[in-house]
Amino acid sequence: MISDLAIASVHAPFAPLLAVVSLWYAVPLIVSVSLVCAATRHEQMGPILNHAVRFGMWIIVFMAAVMGVLTLLEAMA
Amino acid sequence: MVTTAIPNAAGSTAPEDAVEIELRQPVIAALLAWALPGLGHVYQGRTGKGLLFFVCVLGTFFYGLYLGGGKVVYAAVPWEQQYRWQYWCQLGVGLPSTPMLVQRRRVLNNQEPLLKGFMAPPKNGPSDWKDDSGNWTTQPNELAKWTVEHHPHFELGTVYTVVAGLLNVLVICDAAGGPLVISHQSDKKSKKKNKQQTDDTPA
Repeated sequence: MISDLAIASVHAPFAPLLAVVSLWYAVPLIVSVSLVCAATRHEQMGPILNHAVRFGMWIIVFMAAVMGVLTLLEAMA
Repeated sequence: MVTTAIPNAAGSTAPEDAVEIELRQPVIAALLAWALPGLGHVYQGRTGKGLLFFVCVLGTFFYGLYLGGGKVVYAAVPWEQQYRWQYWCQLGVGLPSTPMLVQRRRVLNNQEPLLKGFMAPPKNGPSDWKDDSGNWTTQPNELAKWTVEHHPHFELGTVYTVVAGLLNVLVICDAAGGPLVISHQSDKKSKKKNKQQTDDTPA
């Protein structure tokens, strides 16, 4: 049986893409964290959803920035 | 009966525009919010928010539990190499996570865990494990077996359940004291300016 790792090493150019797949696990967390945090700052559903969308975007931007810095550090090393 | 008021959706701080929230008995609401996420809000009549918290917090907790193969929620036991501090955060979810305390008590008293070992701590001693290639290996203990068996979902599930517990701490605070309203920068500046003017005015 060929393991996933063996497949990844044969198709080496696609290995980074396979790694990106694990980022999808962040999506449910971002959604629930932003909704709960927003709901602890407002009482009505409209402002909660507005705040949640903005907060979710901030999390994504922050994660992208950290990822960018780490990629840069890795490239420099 | 305790009530609180927060600015409306437009941010108006005028008393006539304020949204009044009935917190009823904040201590009871906080306890209910811990016991079952969202229950404290339902008790206060804030049903919409209660449902939102129930779905988000418990959804995150049970998805994490599912990802980790049902093994990621357990209480720390003395024979583990690394102290399982995560269970303190997982306890924030309330009653859904408390079976781990019962299971730990049973294991420490040399009794068989209930419910086929659901939320029971890992056993001490070597544990056999068959990998994807069909090879048998011996792991130093059951925790090591769970970690390799569910990698990387064991870690992911742990993160999900920890985050769910921490989110419920926010929910408990919201049930006890109402929403945490952050005043806008302009409001803060105008308040500071007003205070300066009051201080400068001769008595």
